[in-house]
Amino acid sequence: MLGRTANGVFWMCRYLERAENTARLVEAGFRMAMTRGTIASEEEWRSVVITTGQQRLYAQHNGTYTGIQVWNFILRDKHNPNSVLNMIEAARSNARGVRTALTREVWEATNEAWMNLRAMLARPVRESGLGEVLAAIRRHATLVRGAMDGTMLRNDNFNFARVGTFVERADNTARILDVKYYVLLPSLAYVGSSLDHVQWETVLRSVSGERAYRWLNAGVMDPRGIAEFLILDGRFPRSLAFCYAKLSSNLGGLARQYGSEAQSQDLLRRLSTRFEESDIARIFDSGLHEFITRFIAGNQQLAQAIADDYRFTE
Amino acid sequence: MKPVAPPCFDEMHTADGVVRPAFADYCQWYEAQDRSGLRRKQGEAEGFFRNTGITFNVYGDADGEERLIPFDMVPRIITAAEWRLLSRGIEQRVRALNAFHHDLYHRQEIVRAGRFPARLLQGNAAFLANMVGFTPPGGVYTHIVGIDLVRTGPEEFMVLEDNARTPSGVSYMLENRETMMAMFPELFTRIRVRPVSDYPRRLARSLAACAPDIADRPRGNRPVVAVLTPGIFNSAYFEHAFLADQMGAELVEGSDLRVIGGRVAMRTTRGYEPIDVLYRRVDDDYLDPLSFNPESKLGVPGIMDIYRAGRITIANAPGTGIADDKAVYSFMPEIVEFYTGEKPILKNVPTFRCSEPDSLAYVLDNLAELVVKEVHGSGGYGMLIGPTSSRKELEAFRAKLKAKPGNYIAQPTLALSTMPVFTKAGFAPRHVDLRPFVLVSPAGIEITPGGLTRVALKKGSLVVNSSQGGGTKDSWVLAD
Repeated sequence: MLGRTANGVFWMCRYLERAENTARLVEAGFRMAMTRGTIASEEEWRSVVITTGQQRLYAQHNGTYTGIQVWNFILRDKHNPNSVLNMIEAARSNARGVRTALTREVWEATNEAWMNLRAMLARPVRESGLGEVLAAIRRHATLVRGAMDGTMLRNDNFNFARVGTFVERADNTARILDVKYYVLLPSLAYVGSSLDHVQWETVLRSVSGERAYRWLNAGVMDPRGIAEFLILDGRFPRSLAFCYAKLSSNLGGLARQYGSEAQSQDLLRRLSTRFEESDIARIFDSGLHEFITRFIAGNQQLAQAIADDYRFTE
Repeated sequence: MKPVAPPCFDEMHTADGVVRPAFADYCQWYEAQDRSGLRRKQGEAEGFFRNTGITFNVYGDADGEERLIPFDMVPRIITAAEWRLLSRGIEQRVRALNAFHHDLYHRQEIVRAGRFPARLLQGNAAFLANMVGFTPPGGVYTHIVGIDLVRTGPEEFMVLEDNARTPSGVSYMLENRETMMAMFPELFTRIRVRPVSDYPRRLARSLAACAPDIADRPRGNRPVVAVLTPGIFNSAYFEHAFLADQMGAELVEGSDLRVIGGRVAMRTTRGYEPIDVLYRRVDDDYLDPLSFNPESKLGVPGIMDIYRAGRITIANAPGTGIADDKAVYSFMPEIVEFYTGEKPILKNVPTFRCSEPDSLAYVLDNLAELVVKEVHGSGGYGMLIGPTSSRKELEAFRAKLKAKPGNYIAQPTLALSTMPVFTKAGFAPRHVDLRPFVLVSPAGIEITPGGLTRVALKKGSLVVNSSQGGGTKDSWVLAD
């Protein structure tokens, strides 16, 4: 397959994954803000903006952090090049550029996502319409993923698509965890209050993990437990460990098909040992923020190494 | 109520409003349909095209980045006998076109014989000096040809244009059929229509048969075919992707290609892999910045050297645009006769070459009755249709003609045949043409039964081009 095509499916999946995770993040923020007074909810919305990495741009165009401002900025603002609308456009544009690498079902699902979401995001999203828009974003991303799973040949093409998905997902989970920890833990004194429980649920909700976590922990919310769950639990599909196990299997698939391992696989193994050989106590001892910062940088390095190994660009 | 017969030849109805035999089964079915159901189907078809992404881009249109070509669900039906005549005529014409190109780039016998004027080649940008003396692999110049046919009477088929450069539209031929089969399966059990769906397979085979002779080819000696597209912003990008997909070939852009080790190769995830046949949908001028337009980012620097060394096939061959030239077109009857030794089966539309003083004088005197076209024009841009133009438009064109007469040809305004289209009020006649698609390889000439019927959706309009608001229809050739 062409290097450009590998690059295209990789980015198509990254953008779709990012759009989906962003919708989830906004949803969690929305839910949180509903249960808060004005000041606390502004704080919540600010943390949502910080998680998306757009705080500087946001501040250039907005003075306050009201919900409607934030979600419209994140979803569709023309001043925001990383709006969900632009992500969907970018995903579809990449899909169009690699049309021959996709099955008809995958292309149609992507094209429909673009058509519907573009129409839904053509005008500012009001409070009463937000839920529907966020559900549609998640549903469309799910449909594309399902079409991929059900129709695509398990070859290099598919592996590059999956690599894009899991690189992005790992990055997004790491960012959510990082920001939320900063916001949530100004001091350890907060731990255990009832307010805190709702807050922690928001973290889990941002990665659709609240139900799984409750089930595994009989409803007990504990900051360490949640961090452990999101970083180390290989059963949870949005945890860092899960994403890296998948990456390992997808890069392994490429190596098998091509008959040789690439350098990115070495790097992946080195990065994976960071949580394979660690437990949550050690991560907390050496600093969660430091751990995540290192992780995000390593993840970016990995994406670049894959692009280099497989000639994504000249 | 029977529809009123239009003044020109109608494909479906005779002048008395009687349904022609070829359409009898269809019309019987149509009469039994519920109209509102049909209207719903028309909407369904549009949704289908939009979901599939069968769109085209219109240049110079800011808001309509991607548009649908309107699809009309009333099929154009061609009888087996009509098709036999057409395909014989098309084959003869395509054979002549290929021989003509070979001759122009070699001994120019036709010029020496005084049957074709050398002046049409001099200073003609479509005639490429670096093709002179070179024979492409297999001797094939025009691998894929689209012949635009119009009809003015029962037996009166004429060629309006030859598209020997990079004819487009074949994906619509295929998707229109798929759509019709999905919407009206019962029609296809009732009426025996010759299939078109094997076109991509034939195209792949035909292109592979034109591959250069290369000894140590990997992949079990199977030639590697790739489709070269200018990219997603090109108006026909959907078609490029569609054909590559259907052929199982890579869809490449200029930036994927480079010359390595005496071959043109594409950058794959595993390194550079040589290409044997490049089905390019990029114009000559952009093909090689070292040989042609130095600004081009769409082509491959050095590909012409590899081509001339016989290490890659380019389809269609560079320099085939000469046949799309409308002044050259006017010589097609001569050309066909010169190379085949036969009378042309398909007529040309009578054409006045404005470069000739007598013709120019006639054209200027009768401008209001004529259609005037630029010799290098295409897509329905830059033409004048006398009878529907205002006095101001006529005067503006008159000035252009006087300033550069050699740049124009003129033709009588033809009474193009009509076909009913489905409207809210039922059938309404609209003018149509037909573009059959032809494949040429050393193994022979193959014509897909049918082609693309383009239809002018505006009442009375004679311009069928999609860039000018034309639509398409499925085109059926009946089995014997």
